[in-house]
Amino acid sequence: MAWILDDSRPIYLQIEDLIKTKIISGVYQPGQKLPSVRDLAAEAAVNPNTMQKALTELERSGLVYTQRTSGRFITEDTAKMTELKEQIAREQLQLFLKNMEQLGLSRDDIRRLLETAWKEES
Amino acid sequence: MEQLLNCQNLSKQYGYKTALDNISLSLERGRIIGLLGPNGSGKTTLIKLINGLLAPSSGSITVNGFAPGPETKKIVSYLPERTYFNSWMKVTDILDFFCDFYDDFDRKRAEDMLHRLSIDPNERLSSMSKGTKEKVQLIMVMSRDAQLYCLDEPIGGVDPAARDYILQTIITNYNENASVLISTHLIADIENVLDDVIFIENGHIRLHASVDEIREQERKSVDALFREVFRC
Repeated sequence: MAWILDDSRPIYLQIEDLIKTKIISGVYQPGQKLPSVRDLAAEAAVNPNTMQKALTELERSGLVYTQRTSGRFITEDTAKMTELKEQIAREQLQLFLKNMEQLGLSRDDIRRLLETAWKEES
Repeated sequence: MEQLLNCQNLSKQYGYKTALDNISLSLERGRIIGLLGPNGSGKTTLIKLINGLLAPSSGSITVNGFAPGPETKKIVSYLPERTYFNSWMKVTDILDFFCDFYDDFDRKRAEDMLHRLSIDPNERLSSMSKGTKEKVQLIMVMSRDAQLYCLDEPIGGVDPAARDYILQTIITNYNENASVLISTHLIADIENVLDDVIFIENGHIRLHASVDEIREQERKSVDALFREVFRC
């Protein structure tokens, strides 16, 4: 199944985000070897150069590292993962708050609605 | 290394009609390139010039430094828009044919792909549907270890599942010394697979850019940009 991509952003950035999500959600475990660029490209149904570019970006941010002969691995640095998780959470929260603001809700409204939603969920 | 494809001030006229007007274009290796344009824009003419089926009216075209001819046919794998196999042929006849013609033909690879698409090698072309014939032809073309693949409308006639398989084939066959030039109208289907796109209109090159550049600058997909540029 091809990975789901949208139309507005460069594909390599979307691939980068999707792999980050896979790392955080544990689809890719710390220290796990990643499939080859070609296999990943085939899985995502994107161009191999695009996949390469996304992986290079992930390497730059330290989430993925290359061992010269044996391939690419997910970092074992758990601090880095926590950092990433919190960064993504912050982005999502900002987005959420912005949307709530557009609905004209005050902070108290948001807090009240959130608590109701939590109660209903549990 | 030599540019894979180089066109200098290339023009092609059919009588008084100009199909390609003074285009200059070069393609690198290791890229998957979409050749996109409305009907009658010159896509097929360009591909036929690359393959030496047409001669330029003026200007020059070289593949790997050579003018189209026996040297370039060894390294260019061409999928024409229409099939050229005789309908009495079985798939095995075509496999034999390609083995004889092309040193770089990988019979095993072709047989594997035929198997994956459940095509019986002993079936005659005359009893196959249009889509199946197109699949057979594409398999032959992609089973060569060529340096330049020219695919003229490779996915138009096949169903979406086979389309996905064909795109997978293009991705997994990718190698950094070879490039794939794909002409098509079905941009949305192949957009994620492309490195670069060339928009061609009335025999002129309107745009030659990478897909990421287009998305970064225009904030829209190549498909959306195409619809905007070529609005009727």
